[in-house]
Amino acid sequence: MESDTIVMNETAITDALIDCTLQLADDSLIMGHRCSEWCGHGPVLEQDIALTNIALDYVGQSRNLYQYAALLLEQLPKEKALSLVDFDIIPEHITEDSLAYLRDVGAFKNHLLFEQPNGDWAQTILKIFFFSVYRFYLFQQLQNNADERLAAIAEKSVKEVTYHLKWSSEWVIRLGDGTDESKFRMLQAIDALWPFVGELFEPAGYETLCYYSDMLTFERLRSDWLNKINQIFETATLPPQSIGRWHQTGGKNGYHSEHLGYILAEMQFLQRTFPNAIW
Amino acid sequence: MLQLIKKYYYGDYGEIEGGAAPAPGSNSREWPLWEVFIRSKQGLDHKHVGSLHAADAAMAIENARDVYTRRMEGVSIWVVESKYIHASNPDESDALYDPANDKIYRHPTFYQLPDELKYM
Repeated sequence: MESDTIVMNETAITDALIDCTLQLADDSLIMGHRCSEWCGHGPVLEQDIALTNIALDYVGQSRNLYQYAALLLEQLPKEKALSLVDFDIIPEHITEDSLAYLRDVGAFKNHLLFEQPNGDWAQTILKIFFFSVYRFYLFQQLQNNADERLAAIAEKSVKEVTYHLKWSSEWVIRLGDGTDESKFRMLQAIDALWPFVGELFEPAGYETLCYYSDMLTFERLRSDWLNKINQIFETATLPPQSIGRWHQTGGKNGYHSEHLGYILAEMQFLQRTFPNAIW
Repeated sequence: MLQLIKKYYYGDYGEIEGGAAPAPGSNSREWPLWEVFIRSKQGLDHKHVGSLHAADAAMAIENARDVYTRRMEGVSIWVVESKYIHASNPDESDALYDPANDKIYRHPTFYQLPDELKYM
């Protein structure tokens, strides 16, 4: 009886690890797609390239994470694996591509914040800034994760994230402490994105399970994140923020805003129209 | 009269600095132009790789990182605003460079090298 409980717990923790890995991968992929939407539309060539580079960093991170999730899933009996991932079209093999292309909105676990539209330059910058600070502290904690592969991915990504954090912080300061218009746009961007911030620090069930045995705490993540945001906001002469009780929520459990469907329609069109197309 | 001293600027920033009217279609709110120099490996010198627009030096270095070091080209970046680079006048190239043409004695080619010396 006792050993049954232990086995069930181990299974539950493996399931949770798969969910967590997918959650991290989905955040990266959706942010990567949003940034890639600026390709060819940046205000100047140099910033267009900067954003495209960042988009590719995110897509690269998502690939590492999807590959790991696929590896974990392929080790399970197929029925069990398919019950864990809500595929829209059942793939022959579970791969990074099938995880990215063959799941519909309800199966994606990204935060609502990151699927929000790009808006203007200020809103895009602010979203990248929020994401970078979040990922910076999250990956610092994840580097010590008991799961070695997840820790290794975090360690590799933190270098990229450090640059994204520097780049986006400088832009927040430049716009916040810039002209009347740039400041106005930053304030508008804060109003538009702040309702989605709280979800970052509200652990989903699988996150609590997966991170329970580690030192990863969402309280520390939240205070680190908010301190950094307010520190940069102060330099940028933007008003300090606090995280209240209410926020939009649902993304981590598959309940998304209408925006994600449009992202997936564009991103998945080719694979769904021409299955297994390669180039 | 032969004008011996004239300030020349490299790049498109010079005309604005020199007081000339901005070129039609150009925007006076455009960011200044920067020249980018990149050192590819430890021990080699910085080489000019191109130019870009940026609002300040920090942004210029980041832009240079994003535009010119995407394929591991560099380990160190220098940027300098193009207006601070002074170039020789192409019109004076006859006077500046041609006189060196017939002075072969300036090349160290009249020495007998010992056979043991292989790499000169």
